[in-house]
Amino acid sequence: MPYEPVLLARINKPNSGKLEGYRADGGYEAFARALKDKKPLDVVTQVKDSGLRGRGGAGFPCGLKWTFLPKDHPGPIYLCVNADESEPCTYNNRILMEKDPHQVLEGIMLACYAIRSQKAFFYVRYEYGDSFRSLEAAVAELYAAKLLGTNILGSGFDLDIVLHRGAGAYICGEETGLIESLEGKRAWPRIKPPFPAIEGAFRKPTIVNNVETLACVTQIMKNGNDWFKSIGVPPNPANPRDAGGYGPKLYTLAGHVEKPVCVEVPMGITIRDLVEKHGGGVWKGRKAKAVNPGGLSMGFVDVNAPLRGADGKTEYDIPLDFNGPGSVGCLGLGTAAVTVIDDQTSMIDVLHNVCQFFSHESCGQCTPCREGTGWMLKITDRLRRGLGRREDLDILIDVGDRIGIMPGTTICGLSDGAGWPVKTAIRKFRAEFEAAIKSGAKSKYAKALAMAGAH
Amino acid sequence: MPTVYVNDKPVEIGTAKLNCVQAAELAGAFLPHYCWHEALSVVASCRMCLVEMGDLKDGKVTMQPKVLPGCQTPVKDGTVIVTGDYDKRDRALPVLPYDPAYTKTAPLGARAKKAQADTLEGLLINHPLDCPVCDKAGECKLQDFSYKYGRSESRMVDLKNTPANKPGLSSKITLFTDRCIMCTRCVRFTREISGTAELQVVGRGHHEEIDTFPGRPLENKLAGNVVDLCPVGALGSKDFLYKQRVWYLKTTDGVCNGCSTGCSTYVDTNKDIVYRLRARYNPKAQGHFMCDDGRYGYHHANSGERFVRPVVKTEGRFKPVPWSVLLPQLKLDFQTAANQNAMSTVAVLSPFLTVEEAFLLGSYFKSLSPHIRLVLGPVPVIGADDKYPKNVKGESIEPVKFTIRAEKAPNRVGVEEVLKALQGEVIPFAKVTGEALAALWFAGGYPNPAHLDALVPPAWKTPALLVAQDLLPTVVTASAKYILPATTGFEKDGTFVNHAGYAQTFGRSARPPVEVRSELQLAYDLLDRKGLAQAANVRKELAAKVAYFS
Repeated sequence: MPYEPVLLARINKPNSGKLEGYRADGGYEAFARALKDKKPLDVVTQVKDSGLRGRGGAGFPCGLKWTFLPKDHPGPIYLCVNADESEPCTYNNRILMEKDPHQVLEGIMLACYAIRSQKAFFYVRYEYGDSFRSLEAAVAELYAAKLLGTNILGSGFDLDIVLHRGAGAYICGEETGLIESLEGKRAWPRIKPPFPAIEGAFRKPTIVNNVETLACVTQIMKNGNDWFKSIGVPPNPANPRDAGGYGPKLYTLAGHVEKPVCVEVPMGITIRDLVEKHGGGVWKGRKAKAVNPGGLSMGFVDVNAPLRGADGKTEYDIPLDFNGPGSVGCLGLGTAAVTVIDDQTSMIDVLHNVCQFFSHESCGQCTPCREGTGWMLKITDRLRRGLGRREDLDILIDVGDRIGIMPGTTICGLSDGAGWPVKTAIRKFRAEFEAAIKSGAKSKYAKALAMAGAH
Repeated sequence: MPTVYVNDKPVEIGTAKLNCVQAAELAGAFLPHYCWHEALSVVASCRMCLVEMGDLKDGKVTMQPKVLPGCQTPVKDGTVIVTGDYDKRDRALPVLPYDPAYTKTAPLGARAKKAQADTLEGLLINHPLDCPVCDKAGECKLQDFSYKYGRSESRMVDLKNTPANKPGLSSKITLFTDRCIMCTRCVRFTREISGTAELQVVGRGHHEEIDTFPGRPLENKLAGNVVDLCPVGALGSKDFLYKQRVWYLKTTDGVCNGCSTGCSTYVDTNKDIVYRLRARYNPKAQGHFMCDDGRYGYHHANSGERFVRPVVKTEGRFKPVPWSVLLPQLKLDFQTAANQNAMSTVAVLSPFLTVEEAFLLGSYFKSLSPHIRLVLGPVPVIGADDKYPKNVKGESIEPVKFTIRAEKAPNRVGVEEVLKALQGEVIPFAKVTGEALAALWFAGGYPNPAHLDALVPPAWKTPALLVAQDLLPTVVTASAKYILPATTGFEKDGTFVNHAGYAQTFGRSARPPVEVRSELQLAYDLLDRKGLAQAANVRKELAAKVAYFS
């Protein structure tokens, strides 16, 4: 039986973005029910028990995050909605915000009720003009319908949602970078601890949640935990620290596929299924060479590399849940934005593009990331101009390995994400790099031989 | 007692709240750092102070799997710090019970050492390595740490970023943009200490630069401190630029004579010429910093206008006179004046004298006659105390972190105490300007003659016998019979007492011009004292006689 979408159920329905249309589909009933029958703590407990893990990239259990807030905090608590969806090829939040903003807003309202926040800051990246306008209209409708403001539905609960438009930087999607940017400063990620749940926006306890996570909150409160847990991947019983990956997930397909699309399927679909069944296969009848399983920063999967102990299966068959990409050396599921690279594309060009992105987006605060991303760009630029040296590959891996929050050399995770694609690409496609270095072939996309310093 | 272990060495931290850099310092280990500064907020971005950390609990050390920035990580009882210098530890100390799984993958300290070397490799990637033409060379932290913690060769073969220099950053400071390592100390200084916030970071990633907003250059009275704060040669003081290689400079501990705050300074000289003043950390005086008035306020010492030999007015013109002739004449003149009209004989002791000089000169005049009055020299007060940080409107805000005082003299309190001890009262200069005096000895030493000129009333009646000792021409020296050259605050040693009654002794950093006798030497000569004129001996004498200085 094919999976019936839930998060995307209302997309492209008439009036899908309007309050009237959303209410006709049972919208805000879960919120009204929660206000009437449930204590805030009950909502927290339910979300925690549902096993919902954050959809923003790191996969941190959402309910657990909420419990980190100080108990009985006298001052304000804030919710920040992270809609700075800047990971390349990721657009699942955008579809939710543009086509079904009320589903997200209801999630925000439920979350705010749960964490006793009276103010939510909705941080929308600058480039998402349509999303911003659609949300603006939706929020206006809610105020008009008295679903936002003071004493909502006579329950005594007050809530304001402030829409904030970012100024266009990848780092604003890092939760503390987002908070700094929201406060009007340069989006330099903060040192943790203190974590935002203790001291966040405007030095108050703050929860930062992703748009899709909040849409899931709406559905959990609407359909219950049993429904949520019936979908997806249960925890591995052999690993007590595995939280599993329950629930529906939005996957976005991009790159060299016939049909780039955002689909909702249960967590844990394999890359092969996703590309072949939902994306219409690799474009122009070609074969896939590499796949990026969840946004550029997660690294690459070598489609032809056999999986150990699974006969005939390759890395193409890994499940896209929170553990699958990690099992083949990728950083994780990330934003579940799957980018397919066909067999006629040079990995050197791909890698150069990746390095260009991260060196452009590094905030420049920590030395290893600031200089490391720039150095990797200069090296890959030289590689694609046919001037590579064999030792360059080892330098790239060395730099990729040493920058990031995991080795402990930076404040935030941007440079983990900058290093991962570099080292996975070179480790998995070393032969291709070495052949290119040996032949001295220039990339067909390399422009004039402008030196790297000119970037 | 809470104990922290640094490279196996236990060190008790008491109740102090310390980070790893400070704890390591207590244990005698140095953690290199760029961005961290005691007076500024912690950003933990340079990643030079990376350490391995663990916890000693139940007889076992649990190490964290990654390196941590020492500046940002507080220590508590049982914290174990392993620095990159672990292999240089004191091997006599017992080794802590480290987790064997941790030491198996890499030896202790190797992770931190590699991380620090990696950071330095990163810092040098876009650094021009133009040490031969860089003013900072010789006192540059990037040089020092690269030598000590870095790799000897660069693996970088690509072109470096070459951002344009910014000589227009400030009238007094220039920015060599390419040398900058983005520690952001200067930016934080202008935001947190001066509050003027002229500096900012522009751009992203490896194209980041320090810059000002167009039309708002770095102009505030504390701006010079950013040059001291800069660990590399990026921010250069135009005043000092290309004047000296720092290894030729001799550094002496000094005290600024610009105002009554009495900032502790380093005086950098070469061959008796003062080239540079820098702030010397002294929590009891001013803290870490100093103001630009003081920093650039040494030029009077090198001025061509200075009096460099004693002169006497004969037939309306000043003519040089040798000390051997002058001294007996002066003694005779003042002895005569004291004998004939002691009530009308006055000695002015300026607030620029050290307490030792004031004490000996005062003693001399009191020895001639107890009726000779000792007068406190004019104390320049310009405007009001200038407090920092400031807000956007230029108003000072609490808590005050630095004060430039309105009283532009270093030792009013000290001289006053000497005067109180010698004659029981302090007579201000204004009280004697109306009198027709028979004889006046004016021991000045005003670095800024305009300050003194403003305080001498135009109707001032020139005394019959006026001896003026000063650095530069003033209205007082113009009408003097004898002009004696004075020494600057760099050319003598002694003690200043600041506004809060804090006495600071400083050393002589330069010899005065050859024919100049210091005030202390002059007092020795006048008193017919034998032996070397040494401030330390006078200080002992003073301490024995005057309770305030004991």
